[in-house]
Amino acid sequence: MAHGILLHEPDDDVGVAVRDIRSGDEVGAVTLEGVFVTNVKLVNDVPLGHKVAMKDIPQGKDVIEYGRVIGAASQGATRGSHVHTHNLRTKRWTA
Amino acid sequence: MIRAEELKFIGYRRPDGRFGVRNHVLVIPVDDLSNAAAEGVAHNIRGTLALPHPYGRLQFGADLDLTFRTLAGQGRNPNCAAAIVIGIEPNWTNRIVKEIEKTGKPVAGFSIERAGDHKTIEAASRKAKEFVHYATELQREPFTVKQLTMSAKCGESDTTSGLASNPTVGRTFERLADAGATLIFGETTEVTGGEDIIMQQCATPEIAAQFKQAFDDYQDLIESQGVDLLGSQPTEGNIRGGLTTIEEKALGNIQKAGRCKVVDFITPAQEPRKPGLSFMDSSSAAAEMVTLCAAAGSVVHYFTTGQGNVIGNPVIPVIKLSANPLTVATMSEHVDVDLSPMLRIEMNLDQAADAALLMLERTINGRLTAAEVLRHNEFVLTKLYRSA
Repeated sequence: MAHGILLHEPDDDVGVAVRDIRSGDEVGAVTLEGVFVTNVKLVNDVPLGHKVAMKDIPQGKDVIEYGRVIGAASQGATRGSHVHTHNLRTKRWTA
Repeated sequence: MIRAEELKFIGYRRPDGRFGVRNHVLVIPVDDLSNAAAEGVAHNIRGTLALPHPYGRLQFGADLDLTFRTLAGQGRNPNCAAAIVIGIEPNWTNRIVKEIEKTGKPVAGFSIERAGDHKTIEAASRKAKEFVHYATELQREPFTVKQLTMSAKCGESDTTSGLASNPTVGRTFERLADAGATLIFGETTEVTGGEDIIMQQCATPEIAAQFKQAFDDYQDLIESQGVDLLGSQPTEGNIRGGLTTIEEKALGNIQKAGRCKVVDFITPAQEPRKPGLSFMDSSSAAAEMVTLCAAAGSVVHYFTTGQGNVIGNPVIPVIKLSANPLTVATMSEHVDVDLSPMLRIEMNLDQAADAALLMLERTINGRLTAAEVLRHNEFVLTKLYRSA
């Protein structure tokens, strides 16, 4: 498997690791159809199924996956870093 | 590419014309008190299956209606050849018997007061034995995709669900809907963040409005409790698997609808009124949702999982699909369709849908699913509010 990350949409802010990826590894990100989009060098370990920032995401910015907003960055995330509950929050149910 | 019309199904034609893919003689307790007698009958009589549950007393209003509809729905389900109903007293017992009787299939009710468990079990066992002889002589016959009612739900989802297994179900549902099958999906809170997409897929503004009303009602219920669903939606299993927010989970969840039009909105455990994809107002808890689907007359269920939800159902076969390579490797006994090659781009969406449809055909025609073989018989009633 040449690629390490799948993207729902080529312009998404985050992609999904399809295997465990180590910090420092450079892996390919492809669309669901297998079309190459970019290479990205990871700055954290990211386990299978977890998200990787494909861009620098500033704190407070909406985060896009599926071409849609999946929440907002509660902390900034640099390209190649792990995106999960520590830096991404839902925009729902936050009364 | 496999077209749904090409699938060859054989099943049991019931007196109401619907087709079942299993041939159960069910023993349905009306209430918690009758579980022991129902299980006694199932113990005595080979070929019967009891559905014990913890409710059925001092419920009222919509909550009671839903319990009645769910229990009667198991007997009405085309996978049920004949049913024994046992309750503590005759009145509510007869309400369920009458609903099942409308399908024309054999059904008999028994009540425990003024008889006791022993006499009830003896009388019900004699009747159950008759029903088993009747059911075991029924033969499977061919039926078409237009006569198929089925359902889908995901559980212990992770990012692989949204990438692969849910879109696979969506693609099969597009083909099945085009061929005239009747399909059910739902999970009212779990579309939070994608509810506008569901509304766009609704065939009419009226259906979209009914869906939105149910969606908003549940959001209001959450607010009225002074809480939010953080910590429950996504679940801890979802989070472990890489899902972070409800919006992300929802966008993966709704892939199961594919590009199907939503042709109707139905209430929990309500039987679909027309072919195509219906949205059922329902919980996202796996066993509750699948039990409601069975009550609504679904005869087989696609269940996608990421982290490895092991659910089954006593009345309808649950086909488990997973694209998570770790789950497929470590929990292989639970997985019917391995979609992990999709993550490696070694299987495309149409090939995955073909694999899912072939497993559907085999399951309908008699192959026991992993959940059936492993005796996963989760039967769970949805409770709307506290009993009196």
